[in-house]
Amino acid sequence: MAGYVLRRVLQMIPVFFGATFLVYFLVFSLPGDPIAALFGDKPVNEAVAAQLRSQYNLDQPFIVQYLLYLKNLVTFDLGVDFSGREVSAVLAQAFPVTIRLAFLALMFEAVFGIVFGLIAGLKKGKIFDSTILVVSLIVIAIPVFVLGFLLQFIVGVKLQWTSPTVGGDAGFTDLILPALVLGLASFAYVLRLTRTSVIENMNADYVRTATAKGLSRPRVVTVHILRNSLIPVVTFLGADLGALMGGAIVTEGIFNVPGVGQRLYQSVIRGEGPTIVSIVSVLVFVYVIANLLVDLLYAWLDPRIRYE
Amino acid sequence: MTINTENTAALQPLLEIRDLAISFSTSNGEVQAVRNAHLTVMPGETVAIVGESGSGKSTTALAAIGLLDGNGRVSGGQIIFDGEDISHASEKRLQELRGNSIGMVPQDPMSNLNPVWKIGFQVKETLRANGLPHTPADVAKVLEQAGLPDAERRAKQYPHEFSGGMRQRALIAIGLSCRPRLLIADEPTSALDVTVQRQILDHLGTLTDELGTAVLLITHDLGLAAERAQKVVVMYKGRVVESGPALEILTNPRHPYTRKLVESAPSLASKRIDSAKSLGVQSADLLTSEDSAKLKAADNVIEVKDLTKVFKLRSGLGKSTDFTAVDNVSFDIKRGTTTAVVGESGSGKSTVARMVLNLETPTSGSIMYNGVDMTTLNTKRLFEFRRRVQPIFQDPYGSLDPMYNIFRTIEEPLRVHKIGTAKSREAKVRELLDQVALPSSVMRRFPNELSGGQRQRVAIARALALDPEVVICDEAVSALDVLVQAQILNLLADLQSELGLSYLFITHDLAVVRQIADFVCVMEKGKLVETGTTDEVFDAPQQDYTRALLAAIPGSRLELPPEVA
Repeated sequence: MAGYVLRRVLQMIPVFFGATFLVYFLVFSLPGDPIAALFGDKPVNEAVAAQLRSQYNLDQPFIVQYLLYLKNLVTFDLGVDFSGREVSAVLAQAFPVTIRLAFLALMFEAVFGIVFGLIAGLKKGKIFDSTILVVSLIVIAIPVFVLGFLLQFIVGVKLQWTSPTVGGDAGFTDLILPALVLGLASFAYVLRLTRTSVIENMNADYVRTATAKGLSRPRVVTVHILRNSLIPVVTFLGADLGALMGGAIVTEGIFNVPGVGQRLYQSVIRGEGPTIVSIVSVLVFVYVIANLLVDLLYAWLDPRIRYE
Repeated sequence: MTINTENTAALQPLLEIRDLAISFSTSNGEVQAVRNAHLTVMPGETVAIVGESGSGKSTTALAAIGLLDGNGRVSGGQIIFDGEDISHASEKRLQELRGNSIGMVPQDPMSNLNPVWKIGFQVKETLRANGLPHTPADVAKVLEQAGLPDAERRAKQYPHEFSGGMRQRALIAIGLSCRPRLLIADEPTSALDVTVQRQILDHLGTLTDELGTAVLLITHDLGLAAERAQKVVVMYKGRVVESGPALEILTNPRHPYTRKLVESAPSLASKRIDSAKSLGVQSADLLTSEDSAKLKAADNVIEVKDLTKVFKLRSGLGKSTDFTAVDNVSFDIKRGTTTAVVGESGSGKSTVARMVLNLETPTSGSIMYNGVDMTTLNTKRLFEFRRRVQPIFQDPYGSLDPMYNIFRTIEEPLRVHKIGTAKSREAKVRELLDQVALPSSVMRRFPNELSGGQRQRVAIARALALDPEVVICDEAVSALDVLVQAQILNLLADLQSELGLSYLFITHDLAVVRQIADFVCVMEKGKLVETGTTDEVFDAPQQDYTRALLAAIPGSRLELPPEVA
């Protein structure tokens, strides 16, 4: 087990280099001159531009730029962005917000998805099941920006239960509505996955045997049906955590959440190489670690799986 | 006075099923699965329900414990347990009865234990749900009684760390843990090897005797039923067609279906031949000796010499240990005869079959086919070889492609080997279907529209399409009901005399061997422990292992009066 974890951690090293290299290369290949763009409508001052280029190593060939970036990275110096702020400070400000948002969304989709999916599965073919199937299909079909604006308008503007936008330091309560929107599609998937899995396990021989043993229905459901049904759901949730962190660009945009997605979007627009690469690298790490945790959780849920 | 009440108490049946009707609602409306079922189980008595799959035997038993599938319901009649009609009892009342008063040992030990919980936990929750002490010591005691050695350590293991026999012991432990007065045993050993099957049934018998538990045993094997039960109830198409004391049913079956069951029960076949001999039918004796002389003179179509197969098992990072699945096995298949390889699961018999089919490369040793060493064949010659040696596999549900219709299934080998024109191939398929006694109308149908027996006939037709010399049957009849099994065995025997085929018959079922084989090879843990003609091996087994296998055939210990023959 310890050996397995160590090997998985070591695997992260090539993943890290591969990811940073690819992203750096993509940013380098972006068309347009980011320095020229900084001047906006004003004529470009060649001396200033040249000085900026050398400051950000933009006058060097690609591979040199990348190696210089790596060199700084080893000393935990992520560089500065075009507005002169430390990239590490930018990250330190954006990530906590996004982590809060992703955590809330994950909780929402896990708790409600599993509970509703379980009930729907146990009452297969009944009204609750049919209704929730249709509703989940609608949720999956509607794009997130439509849902986002709709909820923002109804809950924020009309009912005024929350403020329509977040901004500022984005505490937990401010983030409830954005988290709901962010987790809504995955909630529908979790629900459907749980439902299918429950229906499958409900007819398993061991469930019948458990009933024949004289166990009460609630115990059969929680101990024998639910745990077995959670195995595929946990896999989905783990993979989804990565998507929630990186994929919040639209939601963060709608609700003006100062998180990673918005930062990343602005950096891409401005062609700020170091910022983009730093953010994406952290996201890659989150993804890889989330996957490792899922695999470990998987082994805990299903003792037939053992890692050596 | 006291004696009197005890007597009346003893006379009251523990379980009485009266006029029971069970129906399932399907998309095609109500389907009657059981009608007018009657049966009575007295306290401490063992009653067997016998029938083929779909006869309603399991449904009847499951209804008694309120475990019908969601769409099934009791549509008529009564189920009286200990004087109380429980046919429409509330879920709460049933929950009280389950475990405590009525226990169950299910059929398939592989799927009836929850894979994600430890064995001990699954025993413990049974004890706790029924209000019994459930310390680790109690759990270990329950497991130990069911014959599980080293129970305390075993309780901490998961089901996948148990063998099939051990899982069944765990399930028996669970079924009996709360000392129920009635135990429903639904084909408790049909998924196990014969020797394990016998141990488990013996143990179950001893335990229920000790505890005074009545047993409702469900089985498709009449021999097993007659050996283990005092009373037998025969079910056919949802009805009870006959019931009575076990021996009476066996010796004097009245209903035509029961007669057919008695005739084709594989476990009883050997007995009938014995009885014929003891009656002194000398012509039969003469015939067999003449036959065996002829058999011994035939030339060898396949000669297996010093065959060994070693598998590398992965054990940790980059390391591997050797596992010898087949160890120095030599035998011959004589032309036009049937050689059976018998053994329990894990004995290496299927690996032998795979190597003879050239699907697996031997580690050492040789397989000579008509005097040519197969292991040296090049691709082209191998292709030719495949045409002459054809397999029939165990599972007719798995060995036919569900997306191919029957015509395409049987025609495919002809097409692959580029034999004939489209027209002549179709004629050939018709001829083959005729040979296996299927109407040519099945050609356009798909495997899921056929019964298990029909599918196995299709598999045989496909194997015969290329006019092979040798057919390898790997457990070809073990997945079939007894009656269908008898039909298929007859078909194989007819085809052999008609076409001069040689069979290599791989099976764990000695009763089947008795009916079809000329020569027997007994394998144990990869080694060949005994070979000989079928009569030699059955009448005078040389090895303890063979004797154990023979003794384990259900029904082998029945004392049948001679008139059965």
